[in-house]
Amino acid sequence: MPATPRDESGRRLSPLAMIAIFGALVALSAVVLVPILATALGGFKTLGELRVNLLGLPQHWVWKNYWDILAGHRYWQVLGNSLLIALLTVALTLALSSMAAFAFAHLKFFGGKFLLSYLLLGMLFPLATAILPLFIKVRDLGLLDSYWGVVLPQVAFSLAMAILLLRNSFRQLPGELLDAAMMDGCGYFRYFIFITLPLSGPILSTVAVISFVGSWNGYLLPLVVLDSEWRYPWTLGLMAYQGQYNTSWQLVLAFITLTILPAIVMFLFAQRYIVAGLTAGAVKS
Amino acid sequence: MPTAETAHFEPARRMSANGWAVALVFLPPALLLFTVFVALPMVEAAWYGFYDWDGYGRPERFIGLKNYGYLIGNPVFARSLVNNGLVIAVSLLVELPLALAAAMAVAGRVVGAVWFRMIFFLPYVLADVAAGLIWRYMFSGDYGLVATITGALGLQPYYLLADRDWAFTAILIVIIWKYFGFYMMLYIAGLKGIDKSVLEAAEVDGASALQRFRYITLPLLGPMIRLSIFFAVVGSLQLFDIIVPLTGGGPFDTTHTMVSFLYYFGITRMRVGFGSAVGVVLFFICVTFAIGYQRIFMRND
Repeated sequence: MPATPRDESGRRLSPLAMIAIFGALVALSAVVLVPILATALGGFKTLGELRVNLLGLPQHWVWKNYWDILAGHRYWQVLGNSLLIALLTVALTLALSSMAAFAFAHLKFFGGKFLLSYLLLGMLFPLATAILPLFIKVRDLGLLDSYWGVVLPQVAFSLAMAILLLRNSFRQLPGELLDAAMMDGCGYFRYFIFITLPLSGPILSTVAVISFVGSWNGYLLPLVVLDSEWRYPWTLGLMAYQGQYNTSWQLVLAFITLTILPAIVMFLFAQRYIVAGLTAGAVKS
Repeated sequence: MPTAETAHFEPARRMSANGWAVALVFLPPALLLFTVFVALPMVEAAWYGFYDWDGYGRPERFIGLKNYGYLIGNPVFARSLVNNGLVIAVSLLVELPLALAAAMAVAGRVVGAVWFRMIFFLPYVLADVAAGLIWRYMFSGDYGLVATITGALGLQPYYLLADRDWAFTAILIVIIWKYFGFYMMLYIAGLKGIDKSVLEAAEVDGASALQRFRYITLPLLGPMIRLSIFFAVVGSLQLFDIIVPLTGGGPFDTTHTMVSFLYYFGITRMRVGFGSAVGVVLFFICVTFAIGYQRIFMRND
């Protein structure tokens, strides 16, 4: 007897219900995709055509809108800035949080619990609450309008969650490993480098995904810290471009499409990883 | 977040010299960065909030609670509080139920379930500013979706984002569009953890689909739902990026949130004291909610 389709929770579904659900999902997908498709196609149209043709294919494909952006150096510059800022943020977050998490996971010392609670306070409020004093602080340290002025606060604000995730994971490693290593005269340093880190690939990649996506999409902090347009990450560059060409939607649409393209491509290729990283970060903390 | 004492296997060990050396090398970098860029600014916000200060020199004009007084009497700030409340309401009453429905639908063996999941999650991957600009085009009135509809109906162009009665509704639509896929993924993860034999047993006992959902799926999904509510509220409180490309707080300052109010009235005008006071209010709202919610609803999770 052929099995009737069931859903994840074990319900048997009638064909009619299946069709209804499928129809609803298609409709919802259309709502989600229409703005993105209209944007990508709009970049190939003339301004005049944009008034009358939202979703149809362009009458004449105007490749020039896209081509001019790709040939110019503005687009590559904002992407390069974003990449640099994101990579520095990820590297520093991983280094600092894994070291601190290791100490919290394996060392018992006076005040350790207190220090951990202190760091975890950082998860209670968003960066926006302290943005003005943060701006003053960055200015007083002479970091205004520099990459580090964006990177260091980003790292500082992602430390709390990263340390929590990593510490919980480090403690799951079997304690006999540590005992054996200590008996063999392998100190904490080498244990950390040669045992803890290699065994913690998945959780480290989760932390990396969270901090990379957060940095790549960040807007408020670079907006407040950066001044020179040649240092703008793509989020600021996109807004500046829109400000400059705000009467030429076809160009703005092409620029939006090209700037969101890396995120979409990355998402399509590393979908499992990204979804797991972003949701696990929420669940495990 | 609660730091649940997870079971750990390590026997209590006295700290060796090696242990101390590691602690002294491994902890200070993180502690230093956190103190300088997270803890100190928050303390300083509380301090600056008592001053009338433009950010130059040192804060000297002490004005007590006047910044907070201005805030209470400020209609734009009142409106931004209402707007944040609206975002929370729409998140809880529309976005999360939609996410749950989508999760239930795609968790089943519907044709193309993997594709639907991917499509629904896609907007979450886009930066808020990009999503905001895309929808600014959709809503623009001369071009985009709204123009297509008014054009098809033979109506005058309608500038939704310039309509003080409806502009914030437009923002709410964008928020649902952007974020429901993330919560759908959380719920899918939760649904995976439910033991199917319980549902099958209930079905054998004659429970209807609705009863199974109401009395089995929903309670078992409880921890995930409580978690999603927490994230939805905290996310709503710090909403900013999406406001800038859509309306920039206009028309007539009707679409601000607390953070956009802080940005446009504190940072761009360099009113450090006033802006800090806004930050302090936001801090107290966030912390009160986070601690209260975890105490009350997430004790056992």
